[in-house]
Amino acid sequence: MTRPAGRALALWLLAMLAGAVIVWNSRFSADMSFFLPAKPSAEQQVLVDQLKEGVVSRLLMVAIAGGDAAGRAAASRELRARLEKLPEFVSIQNGETGSMNAERDFLFAHRYLLSPAVTPERFTVDGLRQAVADSIDLLASPAGMMLKPLLPRDPTGELVELIGGLNAGAQPNARDGVWASRDGERAMLLIQTAALGSDTDGQERAIGLVHGQFAEAAPGGKLSLQLSGPGLFAVKSRATIKSEVSQLSTLSTVAIVAVLFFVYRSLRLMTLGLLPVVSGALAGVVAVSLAYGTVFGITVGFGSALIGEAVDYSIYYFVQSGRLGVDHWRARFWPTIRLGVLTSACGFGALLFSGFPGLAQLGLYSLSGVVVAALVTRFILPPLAGANLDMRDLSHIGPRLKRGIAVLQGLRWPILLLALAAAAVLTVNRDHLWHPNLSALSTVSAADGAADQALRADISAPDARYMAVITAPDRESALQAAERAGQKLDRLIADGVIGGYDSPARFLPSAAMQASRRASLPPAAELQARLHTALADSSLASSKLGGFVDDVEATRRQGQLNRDSLNGTALALVVDSLLVQRPAGWSVLLPLRPPVGKTESDAGVDIAIEPVRTALAGSGALFVDMKNEFDTLYNDYLHEATLLSLAGFVAIVGLLAVTLRSPRRLGRLLLPLLLSVVLVIAGLHLAGQQLHLLHLIGMLLIVAVGSNYALFFDDASQAARGFEDFDDATLVSMAVANLTTAIGFGTLALSKVPVLHAVGVTVGPGAILALLLSACFVGRKGGA
Amino acid sequence: MIKRLLAGLLCVLVALPASAAFDIAQLMGDLARHKGGRAKFVEKKYLAILDKPVVSTGEMTYTAPDRLEKRTLTPKVETLLLDKDILSIERDKQKLSINLANQPEALAFVDSIRGTLSGNRAALEKNYALHLAGNADKWVLTLLPSDQKIASMVQRITVTGNKNQVRIIEYLQADGDRSVLNIDPVDPGNGK
Repeated sequence: MTRPAGRALALWLLAMLAGAVIVWNSRFSADMSFFLPAKPSAEQQVLVDQLKEGVVSRLLMVAIAGGDAAGRAAASRELRARLEKLPEFVSIQNGETGSMNAERDFLFAHRYLLSPAVTPERFTVDGLRQAVADSIDLLASPAGMMLKPLLPRDPTGELVELIGGLNAGAQPNARDGVWASRDGERAMLLIQTAALGSDTDGQERAIGLVHGQFAEAAPGGKLSLQLSGPGLFAVKSRATIKSEVSQLSTLSTVAIVAVLFFVYRSLRLMTLGLLPVVSGALAGVVAVSLAYGTVFGITVGFGSALIGEAVDYSIYYFVQSGRLGVDHWRARFWPTIRLGVLTSACGFGALLFSGFPGLAQLGLYSLSGVVVAALVTRFILPPLAGANLDMRDLSHIGPRLKRGIAVLQGLRWPILLLALAAAAVLTVNRDHLWHPNLSALSTVSAADGAADQALRADISAPDARYMAVITAPDRESALQAAERAGQKLDRLIADGVIGGYDSPARFLPSAAMQASRRASLPPAAELQARLHTALADSSLASSKLGGFVDDVEATRRQGQLNRDSLNGTALALVVDSLLVQRPAGWSVLLPLRPPVGKTESDAGVDIAIEPVRTALAGSGALFVDMKNEFDTLYNDYLHEATLLSLAGFVAIVGLLAVTLRSPRRLGRLLLPLLLSVVLVIAGLHLAGQQLHLLHLIGMLLIVAVGSNYALFFDDASQAARGFEDFDDATLVSMAVANLTTAIGFGTLALSKVPVLHAVGVTVGPGAILALLLSACFVGRKGGA
Repeated sequence: MIKRLLAGLLCVLVALPASAAFDIAQLMGDLARHKGGRAKFVEKKYLAILDKPVVSTGEMTYTAPDRLEKRTLTPKVETLLLDKDILSIERDKQKLSINLANQPEALAFVDSIRGTLSGNRAALEKNYALHLAGNADKWVLTLLPSDQKIASMVQRITVTGNKNQVRIIEYLQADGDRSVLNIDPVDPGNGK
């Protein structure tokens, strides 16, 4: 080994070692932050927080099937009892009676601090008369059955007031005393994990515990357990990405190694040829890790495409320099390759500016990978490989390729007509090409999605689509703001705009509100006197209401309710999930429920956005429609991706225009690339693929990657009279490089991860088409 | 003499199925033929805690076999609808639906009305022991809960009627409170 070679190798080894250390210490993640906006708006921040740590993101829905109803109910009780003891779960609900006693007792005990009806007017003679008359009227109704035993202590019906504001809507079905599916054939449980939705490890552990405890709670295998929820999706999607990253990379590596070995028939050349690839892949991960701190699994999964693209440079080098030597190669071919690297870099580089973090990472990963692979090919490979490459002469394949080109060139008009037809198809169907929302990018399978929907409907699980959000510097002012917003929301309920809402202030009123309610309560003697007057003509004698007077007096003497007063009830959990301390202060979440429809099945009424926005204007509450935010987010991404793709395209065209300095050559070079894009997209549409933003990025990459081949043809056309005179080795190298690129991207097409799949099915065929069409339309020197 | 006695006895024997035929089976048969109709009702609840009964009035519509709507007009408007096993109550813009299949005790309670109106003996006997007195023109059917859980809510249900028309339903609750529902058909011809 020569001295420069030794130095190059040493440098390279050092860089690789440093890279390996960085990769070793990198944090890899396969969670949804891939899709979440890098610079969220206030509304999007609510969405992000909810997805990462919201209550709904921590819910697991469980169904127990098989056996008989009694067996399922017993298993449901046993599972609840077991899970309740574990710190991994904060709440397990299965509809068991008695499980809400603590909450009802709390509400009753503190009804005069909690009830929104407690005002000074309510405890005047007239107020008392009216409230008691209302309670008596309620006794006429079956709805009053609950009130009857409480009447002596709660003649004004405060508990009824309190419970009226709670979610009286959909309750799950029940069999044998526990929740059941709508058809009664499955017992249902709703579990809230302690682990945040974004803590995929924690979710995985919790899910494992549920399965494990169920196996012990219901041995014998007669009963089966089904589980779904955001946590399961996160765990499954991570598993899919993990397994695919290794599978796809292995597949693509094996296939490419096979191609290289077939072409080179030399272990040494093959190993050397992989050097730039390994360096590029490592550099990609290092760059992402250094720039973003966390490397997404999907980004690494993109590696299989990078391998196919990065190996091209060493193929060019070995095949093209075999006959002419390295110096000639540098002079003759390197400028073309360098231009190709630059166009690829323009394509990938455009993605860096994306607000969609996943896309930006893919861009940085590929950009650094391709550039490093090219640099290693240019500077490290030649000294390592030495002067004598021992490269097999492949020129004999050249004439066969040229016969192919001749055939292709005869097809120019048919191809143009085909592209025209494809363009027509796309124009006619332009409104149906695109998938309308972010779910297009989700790794959740259709079957899992359907199972989740079924469970959700069976258990009436909250979907938390609408939310009003308030931020405040401290807990007290947050609660006061929640109370002010609540008054506005009450009016919306009366108008039928919304069906109801949840508020932490319902169970934990602000200190100011508690003080004002307490001040509304008259002293015992005064209350006694007023009752006497108020109920003079009533069928309820005031003498029977001693318990009421005592309870009011007790409340007057009792201290403030605070967060700790709620301990031991499920209400603590409700308040904690709706009143959240953040680094910058306190956040109040008020989930809004849509109005109840006219019929039972008519549950899917949407909330009219504008009236709610108008009502909440000025209260400091931000109204967020999660579904709308998701759609907006996706449309923002799509819009941005369109702009970035155009910018990338313009950059590539600009780069080529400056370098080629010939509009005719530029046009001839771009034509096959644009035709490839049109044909691929039309083909995908006709094959039934709904396009999403990664297909769009794929279109840009067809141009960025395909331009490499177009450039070689352009270069060759400048040097030769016609394609018959092209350098045989160059043609062969292009064919092999194209094959490896197609293998690399083609492997991605096998992926179940939509992000990778879309890029694969677009760029794989696109790269091959770009080569074929470039050959088809290659010109002659100085002629058309 | 003996001949006359025998003849008389024969007459009695022949006539017996006709007059003694008014048993639970016949009442149920009569009730089952009642296809429904509209009625006014007055309900009085006698509660120990109140000095006077709570009176409510309104209209009831029954459509055989399992739809019953009770619209209370005074003292507060309230609609109670029982459609198959779904019981919904609407009051003050608030609507509450209960699936009775989930609530065996409430279902047994509701079945006492529904079983009587539709003449469904099997449904009634599932939860109650039945006693019938009177004749087809004026009968009194007493339901005594056989299940301990139901007995802890209601001691006795007494249904009074003439022909296939239910007139009065009286509930005696376990705590001694009772309610009396008087039913007055708006279109009695509809019954037959």
